[in-house]
Amino acid sequence: MAEPGTVEDLLRTLAPRVLAVLVRRHGQFDACEDAVQEALLAAALQWPDEGVPAEPAGWLVTVAGRRLTDQWRSESARRRRETAVAVARPYHELIAPSPADEPDSGGDTDDTLTLLFLCCHPSLSAPSQVALTLRAVGGLTTEQIASAFLVPETTMGQRISRAKQKIKEAGATFALPAGPERAERLAVVLHVLYLVFNEGYTATSGPDLQRVELTAEAIRLTREVRRLLPDDDPAAGEAAGLLALMLLTDSRRATRATADGALVPLAEQDRSRWDTALIGEGTELIERTMATAALGPYQLQAAIAAVHAEAASTETTDWRQILVLYGILDRIAPNPMVTLNRAIATAQVHGPAAGLALLDDLGADKRVAGHHRLDAVRAHLLELAGDRAAARDAYTRAARATVSLPERRYLETKAARLR
Amino acid sequence: MKFLLIMQVNPAVLDALTEEERDSIGSGHEGFMKSIRESGEFIGTQALGDPGNSVTVRGTGGVPAVTDGPFLEAKEFMGGYYLVDVESKERAVELARQIPDARIGGLAIEVRPIMFEAGFDM
Repeated sequence: MAEPGTVEDLLRTLAPRVLAVLVRRHGQFDACEDAVQEALLAAALQWPDEGVPAEPAGWLVTVAGRRLTDQWRSESARRRRETAVAVARPYHELIAPSPADEPDSGGDTDDTLTLLFLCCHPSLSAPSQVALTLRAVGGLTTEQIASAFLVPETTMGQRISRAKQKIKEAGATFALPAGPERAERLAVVLHVLYLVFNEGYTATSGPDLQRVELTAEAIRLTREVRRLLPDDDPAAGEAAGLLALMLLTDSRRATRATADGALVPLAEQDRSRWDTALIGEGTELIERTMATAALGPYQLQAAIAAVHAEAASTETTDWRQILVLYGILDRIAPNPMVTLNRAIATAQVHGPAAGLALLDDLGADKRVAGHHRLDAVRAHLLELAGDRAAARDAYTRAARATVSLPERRYLETKAARLR
Repeated sequence: MKFLLIMQVNPAVLDALTEEERDSIGSGHEGFMKSIRESGEFIGTQALGDPGNSVTVRGTGGVPAVTDGPFLEAKEFMGGYYLVDVESKERAVELARQIPDARIGGLAIEVRPIMFEAGFDM
């Protein structure tokens, strides 16, 4: 007997390596990916009862490889029969993998990165990149991914197969991009991992056993990217910055919502319950990274999170430093959402009027005018300034405009308290 | 993000359609559904009965009042919907433009966001 949890972890680690071996050998990412998914499902059924084979990666390569040849031999009835046999037979009865079937333990590392590049191919929409990455690199089942994103399994299955088809049509090859393209593509990979984390982090609906922990998955994959990138890679700093940002954000997870799902803003969170181990790792990582790497937006966001993490309260937070960091962030990666945060920091340092003045400039920006967050921040600053009536109106407008239920409840409560 | 593409129909407009136009709307919906199924964006769709068949249960503060007919008498009403999960609001609008109703004068598709259970992001 093996623990199902341990088996699942092992399978998820092996998934990209096994897939890479098959794609290297046979090409056809599309078919190989399906075959690996089936082999993973077979292992997930079999290993917990019968034990993990001595060569788990070899076992998966063999079973997936067999699925592939079966498929190519066509004749569906026979295909089904053979799969059933392969799945039902204990692993030790399967022919031992030949040395050629062994995933090359030394050479597999770059392949996981190559797979990530492929799954985050620019021809795909962000939701497709996310879904394909979670399945092909993360080793999650379609069912798990579908439930994480609250869509039917058929929808997710279709999204994944369309994504693979698009990659094929785009003529993508199983090779690491080089030159300037590499940096661009790596930025997409990091953004996809950011999206995966955010999706998991913003989910406020309590612990659900059916839903996989997307934050943990994003952190795991970002660690992988860091491990695989050479230290002198120009993007290594941002990969480290993203990991630090995830760790520092995740440290606040237990306090971000109440038991009944109501949102708790940073200022009101019980900081004694922040995860100090995560804070320690994230802070150490971002300090070390920023000392050497070329500066980037993820690093700056992580640095800001680290300043919040070291403070015992909002009052004792080093807002001057945060303001400086937002200033740099707004300069190297201009974005109205960053300006909104800079307005909050400005209000803390120079008073609410200065923050509100920044928001007035922002109101002309089409990307954010009418966005609920602009009104939410405006409401917060008006409240700080003591203008209760205007603050209440702005909270009410923000509550009407948001499409997040917990956020709407939060904003409505704020408005009601100012009545 | 999920959106409801609400087909606002007007019976006077529908009645005035030729047989040919009706057929083209029908096959247009089939083609639309096929394409959003294949792209992995489709979650569900329903066509609704005429509001003339509705019963409205109205709160009165005490025992609810039950009356035949729609909540509001209107020239236009919700004739059906598609529920989709897409990358952005822009994509939802793009899909709405592909619905055959969008080519008929007097019909409309309302693109409305679905509320979700998510809190502050990082």
